[in-house]
Amino acid sequence: MEDNPFDKHPGGRPEDGSRRSFMKQAGGIVGLALAPPFMAQAERLTAFSKTVAGVSTMQLKVNGTVRTIQAEPRVTLLDALREHLHLTGTKKGCDHGQCGACTVHVNGRRIVSCLTLSVMNQGKDITTIEGLAPGNQLHPLQVAFIQHDAFQCGYCTSGQIMSGVACVREGHATTDHQAREWMSGNICRCGAYPNILAAVREVAGQSTKG
Amino acid sequence: MNDSLSFEPPKAGSVVGQPVNRIDGLAKVTGQARYAAEYDLPGLTYAALKTSTIAKGRITRIDATAALREPGVLAVLTHENLPKMAQTPNTLAGKYAIYGMHMGYMPMTGDEIFYAAQPVAVVVADTFERATQAAALVQVTYEEARPVASYQSAQAEVFDPNGQGFVFDLKKVTRGNPQAALAASPVQVKATYVHAINHHNPMEPGATIAHWEGPDRVTVYDSTQAVAMSQQSLAVVLGLPQEQVRVITKFIGGGFGCKFNLWPHTVLATLAAKAVGRPVKLVLTRQLMFTSLGHREDQEQTITLGATQEGKLTTLIHEKTSTTSPWDIFAEPNAAILNWLYACPNYESSHRVARANVMTSTYMRAPGESPGSFAIECGLDELAAKLNLDPLEIRLRNYADLDSGTGQPWSSKGLKECYRRGAELFGWSKRSRQPGVTRDGQLLVGWGMATASYPVRPAQGRARVRLYADGHALVQTSATDLGTGTYTIITQVAADGLGLPMDRVRFELGDSTLPTAPASGSSVAAATVSSSVHLAIQDVWQRLAAMAVRDSQSPLFKAPLTDLTNEQDRLVLRKDPSKGESFAALLQRQGLTDIEGVGNSKSGEGFEADQLAFDNKPGTKQTKRSMYSFGVHFCEVKVDPDLGTVRVSRWVSVMDGGRILNPKTARSQIIGGAIMGIGSALMEATNRDEYFARYTNADLAGYHVPINADIPDMTVEFVDGHDPYVNAMGVKGIGEVAMVGSVAAVANAVYHATGKRVRSLPIIPSKVLGRDAV
Repeated sequence: MEDNPFDKHPGGRPEDGSRRSFMKQAGGIVGLALAPPFMAQAERLTAFSKTVAGVSTMQLKVNGTVRTIQAEPRVTLLDALREHLHLTGTKKGCDHGQCGACTVHVNGRRIVSCLTLSVMNQGKDITTIEGLAPGNQLHPLQVAFIQHDAFQCGYCTSGQIMSGVACVREGHATTDHQAREWMSGNICRCGAYPNILAAVREVAGQSTKG
Repeated sequence: MNDSLSFEPPKAGSVVGQPVNRIDGLAKVTGQARYAAEYDLPGLTYAALKTSTIAKGRITRIDATAALREPGVLAVLTHENLPKMAQTPNTLAGKYAIYGMHMGYMPMTGDEIFYAAQPVAVVVADTFERATQAAALVQVTYEEARPVASYQSAQAEVFDPNGQGFVFDLKKVTRGNPQAALAASPVQVKATYVHAINHHNPMEPGATIAHWEGPDRVTVYDSTQAVAMSQQSLAVVLGLPQEQVRVITKFIGGGFGCKFNLWPHTVLATLAAKAVGRPVKLVLTRQLMFTSLGHREDQEQTITLGATQEGKLTTLIHEKTSTTSPWDIFAEPNAAILNWLYACPNYESSHRVARANVMTSTYMRAPGESPGSFAIECGLDELAAKLNLDPLEIRLRNYADLDSGTGQPWSSKGLKECYRRGAELFGWSKRSRQPGVTRDGQLLVGWGMATASYPVRPAQGRARVRLYADGHALVQTSATDLGTGTYTIITQVAADGLGLPMDRVRFELGDSTLPTAPASGSSVAAATVSSSVHLAIQDVWQRLAAMAVRDSQSPLFKAPLTDLTNEQDRLVLRKDPSKGESFAALLQRQGLTDIEGVGNSKSGEGFEADQLAFDNKPGTKQTKRSMYSFGVHFCEVKVDPDLGTVRVSRWVSVMDGGRILNPKTARSQIIGGAIMGIGSALMEATNRDEYFARYTNADLAGYHVPINADIPDMTVEFVDGHDPYVNAMGVKGIGEVAMVGSVAAVANAVYHATGKRVRSLPIIPSKVLGRDAV
């Protein structure tokens, strides 16, 4: 991220989406709360951290565009997308990382956006269902979902597609068995699984009969 | 309808019946489909619920001081300051008045606590996070009493509700002389089947945005299966004229029955919006989905079968015991399906319920038929095993040529063909008679099957069709599309009826300002909405015909109305279709930009008279007919004999759902219903703590639903299901029949794999290995 627009941001620039960056954001309180064996690491983290409290300005690069929001540091990436940026294609199904409906890509990896804070995702490339394909085009998996009727109510669909695109990219859709396993973080209560599998396998460029 | 013009339902070669892709597919795969919580209104605020930590007792004090001190908090509503309601469902009179809130207790109307996680406060703030935190800061003090957890609890009082049920009357039903027949039966099977608590868990939680546009006018964006019914019910609760309440549901993220009734959270959001004078959004957390919208109740069924040595049923006795809430008497009527599914001269069903401190149970996909079929389809399997008969053979020996319950003929019944085709697709004839002997390596392999059936329930609804002279059409009704394909199938029906390509037809639904349609539930939507649209189109053609025969410039001038019909977009002479004109030419000459028609359809049992009139067959003798969808599921499981794990490895469903409007979306409904059955059979159970009467696994990590890795390839077919009686389109409905029998098919396959009959759901490894009571 050479041309990072957030380097001068007062809220600091977390390194990655890990728990460690969150601890840095939370500042010294975390360090104090930790037991002695972890103290050295906590102190090291604290030394670099900045405290964010109350409503502050955040910048998120979503679907290639840098967007500015005013939000508290406890706002999840999911709620930032839905409530602040009105990108409601990303769905909230459980808010606890159990259903996969909120799956987005951050720096090309699929994550559940309900389990990460917005403030931790500044400076990263966030892709949502709305930005999966440029303009009016469709990603091949979006086309395959329509063709195979890989949904009913559509509420899990954005997450399924974001997961499916990543699944194919990861090389985890080379057999039916493998694709089923690696698509199992996304619940579909309407039960479109065989159709989802068919769509993902088609895009993976292989037969769905495996 | 007058019978001056003969107008046939769409013929072969039309788009109806074709596997057309969903027209809302593009919106859904691009994230543009907008669900209830996704309307960005100016000044929108957020509500969070504070719910009771006890299941029984009384609130002695609520202190909102700390919550109100939080930044951004606009209001804390409790039973002490909630805006008044004109009516609540808390009395029987109230239940009757509020048609769509018949399974409810309105919380925050007093200090009493009846169930765990009962709402005690609504906090409204400018952000979701602030509302959620402030709700945690509301201090509630309780006087706690010991709750009753279920009908199985020691202190539960089990009683016979004979006739007192509000939704289903739960009367004892006796046909013939079941006890005497049992005594005379040479073969008997008696078994008790236990069904766990199941929760619908649609992916979209219950969600409401309420927006008061004036002191006596409100628009509610709600995740509901029942737009028109919700409007009526909310109007009664709020004391407003019905037209002052508008309910909008353009997309709904699944329902499966839990979004049929109007539930308290929708009312609380609406009252909160009134209190703060700004739009309020209230979205249930996944945890609250377990206590806010009902569930399938904990229940056990004992069935007693009497039969001849040849396996012909002589008597069927069904007894059910289940848990109901402190304020409702509700139980799924499981036994109903036993009364029609097989030929049997004697029958008896009875219910017993116990009140417990639980949120009320409600309709869940095939309410009654699904758990009832679990009992009868397993029971019949046990009878077959006892007589060393093939499970399919025993079903054929008890095949009902007439409805045993009523003695009436069927409107149509393709079940034999479903059996034949399903067995062929599955390879059923190769099944070993002996259980526990087929292996795939270390794994035990079992094959099971079960019959599916579901009534064509009576329903009615209206639709409006506006045909424009420019060759486009607008079709409107207040139905909802739960993902079942309503948007698509109705567009297909309208395109065919008007002779237009599908992309010239715009279909709008999900708004109470549109013509009233029934709630999407009980498998009535496809049948009723397609029929009402079909009738509205017929109305359009009749108006056009009346116009043409009076128009001296029309080629059809002075033609008798009965000689006219339509061909594509043209009105023509039946005997000489070259003579006629397009509706566009006719409308333009008349100086009209458009013409409008309306249709009211009645569907299902009791509406044959209207139907026959519509069918334009005057003089046809009316015979009351029993109207049901039918089908069969075949299932293969592989069971690990060491671990007790069960995996479904193959599945075949063949269904008779009457006319299938779109085999692609229909297939999706069937696999979806079967998968819900696989979940109920193998993993779904909500556990209620015996002491605290609270759920201990109220989220999607603790409540297991099927995931992709649980589901094999599935084969679905439909038999040709022509039914001239059910409704104008001949549609019987498939949403619920898809699930009926699927649980038993799995359970029967597990028996065939292991030789062990697990009668308690879900069939988890400890039961397969025999370490739990089964």
